Amino acid sequence: MRRISWFNATSLTLGFAFLYLPMIVLIVYSFNSNKLVTVWAGFSTKWYGELFHNEAFLDAAWVTLRVAVVSSTLATVLGTAAAYVLVRGGRFFGRTLFSGMLYAPLVMPDVILGLSLLLLFISVGLDRGMLTIILAHTTFSMAYVAVVVTSRLVAFDRSLEEAALDLGCTRWDAFKSVTLPIIAPAVISGWLLGFTLSLDDLVIASFTSGPSSTTLPIKIFSAVRLGVSPEINALSAILIAIVTVGVITTSLVSKRAITKRQREENRAGP
Amino acid sequence: MRRAALIALPYMWLLALFFVPFLIVAKISLSDIALAIPPYTPTLDLSRGWAGLRDWAAGLDFENFVFLTTDDLYWKAYLSSLKIALLSTFLTLVVGYPIAYGMSRAPTEWRPTLLMLVILPFWTSFLIRVYSWKAILAQEGFLNQLLLGLGIISEPLTILNTNTAVYIGIVYTYLPFMVLPLYAALEKLDDSLLEAAEDLGCSRMKAFWLITVPLSKQGIIAGSFLVFIPVMGEFVIPSLLGGSRTLMIGKVLWEEFFSNRDWPVASAVAIILLAILIIPIVLFIKNEEKQWESDI
Repeated sequence: MRRISWFNATSLTLGFAFLYLPMIVLIVYSFNSNKLVTVWAGFSTKWYGELFHNEAFLDAAWVTLRVAVVSSTLATVLGTAAAYVLVRGGRFFGRTLFSGMLYAPLVMPDVILGLSLLLLFISVGLDRGMLTIILAHTTFSMAYVAVVVTSRLVAFDRSLEEAALDLGCTRWDAFKSVTLPIIAPAVISGWLLGFTLSLDDLVIASFTSGPSSTTLPIKIFSAVRLGVSPEINALSAILIAIVTVGVITTSLVSKRAITKRQREENRAGP
Repeated sequence: MRRAALIALPYMWLLALFFVPFLIVAKISLSDIALAIPPYTPTLDLSRGWAGLRDWAAGLDFENFVFLTTDDLYWKAYLSSLKIALLSTFLTLVVGYPIAYGMSRAPTEWRPTLLMLVILPFWTSFLIRVYSWKAILAQEGFLNQLLLGLGIISEPLTILNTNTAVYIGIVYTYLPFMVLPLYAALEKLDDSLLEAAEDLGCSRMKAFWLITVPLSKQGIIAGSFLVFIPVMGEFVIPSLLGGSRTLMIGKVLWEEFFSNRDWPVASAVAIILLAILIIPIVLFIKNEEKQWESDI
């Protein structure tokens, strides 16, 4: 085993300290009983209590959750189809335009996407609300799903699909029973990525939401615009905790799945 | 038949919700502001047939674009966004490279954990990560308390609501976007190349510049685009961490739309921003496609 050099150890320590210190500070401050967030006045969980009695936040959280579930599910179906078509579909009319439109939202500034979608909804006369946020979020999450699924499709052995076709499977059957199980981890992480992006989005949701459909990021943004607030610190700490548990669980589950598959492949091998 | 349906479904979706909206933005950027719903004129009235179409086309002009060139607020905002985006991309690269390098040289069994530590902030709310710096950089915030307590400074530093805070915020939030592609490129690097260079009398430093950097080129390109392009239109970071003098085009567009309710000018601002970004966006997509093709 190679030992890590001093230089690398230092840069990793400093790098990860930079990445994690702000979040740790935020979590510590969320337990501060003082209304002045940065002046410590003793440990307290009262801001968490107040948060759970704040109807406006709870309503916004509920809207956000529903939007995230529906939009990431739609995005997963559309994004997986798009990735499959691009990697396996061969040539078709307008392929370049298609891949351009698919990947552009990855880097397109949110303000442009938000503005253009809003102007579309207004010109077709669609009232702004949950539906319009879902349509908007599906469009950009699709790009992320497609990227994740594409990299998995590119990496796996095509001969498995071909074998299924040779053995009399229809294309659809081959997709269902060979391709889909193999790309499933990528499809799931695509869904999770779409889900988090949707939970997180402020700019596009601000453009496309109506008065009755305020999402959590919109609420947070208007609360923190003028300064720090202890309630928002508590909310942030909860969200950080959820993401941490989620990411660690999925990585453990996928690690187990990989070891299991390797074991099975070893057994099947010569 | 099924193949056609499979192509058509995402294709139609993207045409309707990505392509057509841009045509509408382009059209509205040529319209004039009006006290009406929707707040611009002319509006297309197809029920009047050809006459309606002709009147509509006659009402379009480039007035908003002329306006953007005459008011120096917009010029300054584009230039200042460009400067902030370029400098912060460079800073993110400088901060991110040693991290990605350290990760790729770490013992193999540490790497999944290190990778997860980079991905975790990426999954955590962007808004919250920007917000967390408010409590750190404020006048009576964590950083000033720490430095005053250690006796390093005698007066609190003013960092929040300046461009410095914007740079810190950008480097912090976009760091995973830089580190991940860099790591992907550096991980593939064959150690024996570096050993060969050293055997042939190359110094470590020289071997780094002659071998490691060129071989991680694709990672550098991908990471830089992933930072530069979205930062050009960034709205959240300048409005939470920047001051009244922080000028960025994303913020100008937002205010034009939500505060001034001038949709035609907001659309013209968006069209010019897109025109600036179209070359980097196309290069980015080409770079990604090349990478996938080389993987096949």
